Amino acid sequence: MLTVENTIKWLDLFADKVAAEKDYLSELDQAIGDGDHGANMSRGTAAMKEALGKQNFGTVQDVLKTAAMSLLSKIGGASGPLYGSALIGMAKEAGNADTDLTSIVQAGADGIQKRGKAEPGDKTMVDVWLTVLHALKEGKLTDAVIDQAVQATAPLKAKKGRASYLGDRSVGHIDPGAMSSGYLFKCLIAGGIL
Amino acid sequence: MTRKYGVLLVSHVSKIVDGLSLLLNEVARDVSITTAGGTDDDGIGSSFDKIQAAVNANKAEEILAFYDLGSSKMNLEMVKEVSEKPITIFDTAFIESAYTASALLQAGVSIDEVKKQLEPLKIK
Ligand SMILES: Nc1ncnc2c1ncn2[C@@H]1O[C@H](COP(=O)(O)OP(=O)(O)O)[C@@H](O)[C@H]1O
Ligand SMILES: [Mg+2]
Repeated sequence: MLTVENTIKWLDLFADKVAAEKDYLSELDQAIGDGDHGANMSRGTAAMKEALGKQNFGTVQDVLKTAAMSLLSKIGGASGPLYGSALIGMAKEAGNADTDLTSIVQAGADGIQKRGKAEPGDKTMVDVWLTVLHALKEGKLTDAVIDQAVQATAPLKAKKGRASYLGDRSVGHIDPGAMSSGYLFKCLIAGGIL
Repeated sequence: MTRKYGVLLVSHVSKIVDGLSLLLNEVARDVSITTAGGTDDDGIGSSFDKIQAAVNANKAEEILAFYDLGSSKMNLEMVKEVSEKPITIFDTAFIESAYTASALLQAGVSIDEVKKQLEPLKIK
């Protein structure tokens, strides 16, 4: 179950992981995009971590809402409105009385799909979110499941986002947004929140 | 007299919308045209805050919005959802459609007619 404390811990861990892997995320984006995913995500998550450290939060909803606004306004690439929409959806769901982690992640995935219109198999972060969601429902989310979902984007042809302009040339590369989303969920496990 | 409908240009690069608004201002003197180009720190990308500021700065009551690539559209949609001013987003060829809309609005053509003329320019 998410609490104010473990939600902040989760998102802080995510910010640290993104900062550590900044160059790698940009390298992935260099292959099939414009090479800024690491810079975008580290700018956004650093602003998020700062915002989360600045106030006292009463509810998980407030934590997620604050995180959403930082990501939305600071990332600067497609992943800004996408992660922003995910966290806004999650914040809304967290306000419901009888919610749980699975429903919150479901709301996040819905937010991304509503915003970006990507379907599973389009080689985007959606592929990771939906696989993670499925595993959560079955109570089987592990690092290995996440790794597999991220790697599974490599053979796909991109249908959404900048990589889609490359057509067949996008095949054979891991999707950068899938990788960063993989980090988000690995931090859920690393933070002991599952 | 300022027209009821204004034009909003959103691009990943500030110079793109700066240049495009020069082109449009020449044919649409009385149309309020505002722009949001690049990220907050003027890097390449799109910015929710800049788009919101450009909506607020636009003198028109309603906005016709044109954009370059997908992430500009996603930020535009997020601004649209919280904006009090009605915004219509066009999935049309950026330069051609912004030019068409501006020129027609200047000529006092009805909004329905403007939308009709933009339809064949839909490319995304
Ligand atoms: N329409 C979309 N739906 C879901 N995810 C998308 C979409 N467009 C892009 N993405 C994700 O965003 C990532 C790229 O983010 P980023 O590099 O920060 O933005 P940009 O593409 O604007 O440079 C992609 O790897 C992909 O996972
Ligand atoms: Mg990129």
